[in-house]
Amino acid sequence: MKAAVIVFPGSNCDRDVASALRKYASAQVKMVWHGESALPEVDFIAIPGGFAYGDYLRAGAIAARSPVMESVLKKASAGIPILGICNGFQVLTECGLLPGTLLRNRDLKFVCKTVTLKVATSDSIFTRDFDRNNMVSMPIAHNDGNYYANPETLESLTSENRIAFHYCMKDGSVNDDKSPNGSQMSIAGILSKSRRVLGMMPHPERATDLEHGSTDGKAMFTALVNELA
Amino acid sequence: MALIQLNRKPLKVRIHITLKPSVLDPQGKVIEQSLKRIGFPQIGQVRQGKFLELTINEKEPKDAEATARLMCEKLLANTVIEDYSIEIIT
Repeated sequence: MKAAVIVFPGSNCDRDVASALRKYASAQVKMVWHGESALPEVDFIAIPGGFAYGDYLRAGAIAARSPVMESVLKKASAGIPILGICNGFQVLTECGLLPGTLLRNRDLKFVCKTVTLKVATSDSIFTRDFDRNNMVSMPIAHNDGNYYANPETLESLTSENRIAFHYCMKDGSVNDDKSPNGSQMSIAGILSKSRRVLGMMPHPERATDLEHGSTDGKAMFTALVNELA
Repeated sequence: MALIQLNRKPLKVRIHITLKPSVLDPQGKVIEQSLKRIGFPQIGQVRQGKFLELTINEKEPKDAEATARLMCEKLLANTVIEDYSIEIIT
């Protein structure tokens, strides 16, 4: 499978996601600079974590208006799957591929730790190798991960089964007051209506190798092999 | 017919971007608490926003305002969570 990883000035998780795609999704990966006017032929697009444009104005705001994003939007319309991680999730909400937005963390601290997530749906190409309600461990590292959307959006995300992950306690219970960043409904990741665009704040690419301390993220990359080989 | 070109100064535009009232503002809350702590018990609520000052090359103030409005909708404000107000300084 051919994958593109978009690189903005300030992206810093691009090489990690490229590595995960090569190792576990058997992908040929092309790093695509944000200034490119068009993407090559690809089966998959990843928008990595980092601090694109220093988070100036709003996290992901300026990156979402980069030249290459016009091509990314076209590919999304054509059904090409897109995975946005952390800053990538912020970019996806800013360019309208996903609803809602990511606000400053409730406690105003940059939170950098391993969290437990509950898989809310396995009905997507990214999460199909999990079972619903599986608990997985992945790291988060962000200052603006507080997911916010209006009540109508939250209602449609819920009724359409488009919440992908919730932050949860070690016993699996979801407690919004105890989430790491204050996200509404403890939302850690969501899917587009097409279910082919996933945005998530945790870093699955940093939970693939034993040295990461968790390999729970690997299943998201291996799942892509069968779908997109 | 002779056309007289007047050198018009660009118009100065001030934009205030504020969080919608329904959106939680933890930064505003912390500022409120700090003010209380340093001796201002009379402080009520604090909401923090953004201020931008632009110069726009448009002839008429109403065109500059229309342009500024488009800029807000397209980039400067995230209309999911923010409101904006525009002031043209002539």
